Amino acid sequence: MSLALRIYLLVCSSFIVLEGAQGVLAVDAVPEQVARINDAIEQGWRDYEIRPAAEVDDALWCRRVYLDILGRIPTLDEMEAFLDTRGAQKRGKLVERLLYEDRYTEEYAGHWGTIWTNILIGRSGGTDRRSLTSRDGMQKYLRDSFAINKPYNQMVFELVTAEGATEPGTSNFNGAVNFLADKVNDEKAVLATSSTSRIFLGQQVQCTQCHNHPFNQWKQQKFWEFNSFFRQTRSLRRFVDGTRDIDHAELVNEDFAGEADDPADALVFYELRNGLTRVAYPVFTDGTEIGKSGYLSDSNRRTELGHLMMQSEFLDKMIVNRMWAHFLGLGFTKPIDDLGPHNPASHPDLLEDLGLELRKHSYDLKQLITWITLSRPYQLSAVLSEANEIDDPSMGEMPKFSRFYLRQMSAEQLYQSLVTATGAGAVGSYEEQQQQRREWMKQFVVAFGTDEGDEATTFNGSIPQALMLFNGDLTNNATSIKTGSFLDRLSKTGRSPRDRLTSLFRVAVARRPTRSEVNVATKLYSARSNNEKEMLQDIWWALLNSNEFIMQH
Amino acid sequence: MNRFWQTPSGMTRRHFMSHLAGSSAAYAASLSMGSSIYAHAEELKKKRRSAIMLWMGGGPATIDLWDLKPGAPTGGPFQPISTTGGMQICEHLPLMAQQMKHMSVVRSMSTREADHNRGRYYMHTGFVPNPNIEHPSYGAVISHELTSQRPELQIPPFVSIGGASTGPGFLGMAWAPFSVTSNGRIRNLEMNLDDSRLLQRMAALNLIEQGFTSRTRDLPAAEHAKVLRKTFDLMTSDQMKAFKVDEEPDEVKERYGTGGFGQGCLLARRLVEAGVPFIEVDLGGWDNHAGIHATLRDNKLPILDKAMSALIEDLDQRGLLQDTVVIWMGEFGRTPNINAQAGRDHFARAWSCVVGGADIKGGLAVGETSRDGSAVETEPFSSEDLMTTVIKGLGISTETTFTSKNGRPMKIAGGGKIIRELVG
Repeated sequence: MSLALRIYLLVCSSFIVLEGAQGVLAVDAVPEQVARINDAIEQGWRDYEIRPAAEVDDALWCRRVYLDILGRIPTLDEMEAFLDTRGAQKRGKLVERLLYEDRYTEEYAGHWGTIWTNILIGRSGGTDRRSLTSRDGMQKYLRDSFAINKPYNQMVFELVTAEGATEPGTSNFNGAVNFLADKVNDEKAVLATSSTSRIFLGQQVQCTQCHNHPFNQWKQQKFWEFNSFFRQTRSLRRFVDGTRDIDHAELVNEDFAGEADDPADALVFYELRNGLTRVAYPVFTDGTEIGKSGYLSDSNRRTELGHLMMQSEFLDKMIVNRMWAHFLGLGFTKPIDDLGPHNPASHPDLLEDLGLELRKHSYDLKQLITWITLSRPYQLSAVLSEANEIDDPSMGEMPKFSRFYLRQMSAEQLYQSLVTATGAGAVGSYEEQQQQRREWMKQFVVAFGTDEGDEATTFNGSIPQALMLFNGDLTNNATSIKTGSFLDRLSKTGRSPRDRLTSLFRVAVARRPTRSEVNVATKLYSARSNNEKEMLQDIWWALLNSNEFIMQH
Repeated sequence: MNRFWQTPSGMTRRHFMSHLAGSSAAYAASLSMGSSIYAHAEELKKKRRSAIMLWMGGGPATIDLWDLKPGAPTGGPFQPISTTGGMQICEHLPLMAQQMKHMSVVRSMSTREADHNRGRYYMHTGFVPNPNIEHPSYGAVISHELTSQRPELQIPPFVSIGGASTGPGFLGMAWAPFSVTSNGRIRNLEMNLDDSRLLQRMAALNLIEQGFTSRTRDLPAAEHAKVLRKTFDLMTSDQMKAFKVDEEPDEVKERYGTGGFGQGCLLARRLVEAGVPFIEVDLGGWDNHAGIHATLRDNKLPILDKAMSALIEDLDQRGLLQDTVVIWMGEFGRTPNINAQAGRDHFARAWSCVVGGADIKGGLAVGETSRDGSAVETEPFSSEDLMTTVIKGLGISTETTFTSKNGRPMKIAGGGKIIRELVG
């Protein structure tokens, strides 16, 4: 490429940047961090000589933030209220409302509590009869934490160091223990080791349990050193009085004698692949050692670990990467929880910068959410065009965030959206609703037969999911035309059938129907012998089954 | 376009489908099934190839099953018994011993992935995990290659029973495993809508889909349309009765074992009979870090022995084994060394897989491990090699190449080498 052309392209792209800065958000209302995100991402576009997709309109953007922040689509009222709002800062104000208004607190906490329950104990964690984990206890802890916007570092510290009972309602209840309740008992706390380092520090050590891993910097020694922090901890079964029935579990710390039965020198043994045995003591990933004593009065190993983790820059990077991936569809690394020199990030400086900013702002996740949702990449449409064709991570490219990456809603988002779409809202007490959702989720979760409780969800766009949306109870409820149902109520609003049809499209896919869609509706109307409610029902069914509905876009 | 808004009376659902197919190009491909195809069905049936994978989640101790080390300190308590093949296996697999003339044991598997997730991926795909690309699994690859042999198939070509399998990778959602429980019951299969109205709804849906796909230009949207089509087919197909494993006589169910794995194997046989090219049946619980031998003797081995032997026997008696490859494996083996909890830990360096059927020779033990089972002493075989051998055994060209999404050509089964003792 000639120099002249290069300069021309540079000039063009800086115009684009200017355009964007004048977009929906008045510059003075935007937190400084947003500008820094924009700078870093836009620099990437210039480097690759690509032009970003256009910004989405308000309706699509509204759907997007409701799904990402609250875990469901907006209701018709919420959508219309937003579209009727005037003013340059309307997007910023909506984010603020969703994050800080009391009426959304419960939903916000519920959504993030669910996300974190799945991260910490998996979708099937605590559902097995033999499990010591209380799923309710885990969720309660997380819900409460998100409801009060507990600083993230504090939450991590609590999860890693917690002691107490798993089950809500027991005298010593501490829901945070459920993260480790099953993981410490199993086979030398191997799972506690790998989960803690992967989830909170983005360091994948599970392969190094048995051998030095060729692809990352972790060595087998490090695995067992990290593992040593968990060896004072056990889950104890507590029985129903006078019976052998397990009531709940209690996570306790106790003196650790070490594998050589010397609490003053509490070592663990591990075996090299060549059969030689080595010893390990608690040493943090950055090389910091703590005492070798296994007596709690000398050192509480998990508390020490918690403090060391609080100092680690990986704590910051991991949560930023996770949150970025939640909102933008992809993280700076793939997979998101594997950070390290062997797996370079797409925007390493931005990842580090946001990590430091979050630390400076006391790990306030709502601030991080604000920065990300108001940033330029989050405003972009999901359209792939010739100007950014190379930004296609499904082709193995590093993401450049020059468009919004399409992704399917999570099973939980879809469930909650369908519940929203019934208009009736959820039925029953909180616990009953949880139970209903859990039953529904079961059909998509399959466990692998390992002690680590690995699992996968088959909620991935495949046939069982399509069957559920075609014929399932949720769809039946959502498309009901009984008195009081969403469609029944909708049919009594608006000025005309056309108006009501528009509302239907707004709720489902955040846009107006196209001309051919209106045509089809007209035909359906006559096929249903001019019964408008039945026509709306057919269209609603088609919309709920469409990719446009089940995708975040 | 207008004509399918009216509902012709007295037509079967299948007819409606072809009716719709005439009106909507997107549905035409799957729905226009000419009668000439049925005429050739018998002929096609003759070369119907299938594969069944028995997946042992958790990593089975193959040293206690297929490659015993009696007398060695690592040998454990189990004794070898003779089989109808040229090898000995564990005394707690007496029914399988009767079937080993059909199956061969590859005793010189040597791999490098001893983590469950990585091992599962590697053994299912023939590729080590790579964050930039998702490789297709056995089920996706084989059903992709064999489905053209049976245009009459209306049910999913890749069925995963009682487990999760591994996804279709870059081949796309149309080749995803269709996961069912071992009782073959499928949720939400029943339509609660009359035919004509469903068709009208489908047309509206189709229109919305096409609009979205053309606006975003993204691949997943187009994939979704294929899945919808398949779902639609399946709801209306008579072939779905293959899933009704409950209809089998009680004595047959007993012979396979009435637990999930037994019924899953029985269901697998029914699906092969119905022409499904790939079925995976899951038996988890092999991650035996503690108390391994009691678990194997009292629980895992009896379940495996009954179900796997009944499956092979039935396939053989029905003349299906000559066209069906059966593969038995997990993500890795377990250490020869018995640990302090009387268990065995993860071990990928020297272990066994079992394979037979179609063009793969049975009755052989291929490769050898050292006296204590800690190392392979003959030519080592990898996941790629095993998969390539299975591909060859099914009559699929081992030169087949796929193109990944990023345009990279990918040799089928990672370009492994054929285990010559087993095929050709």
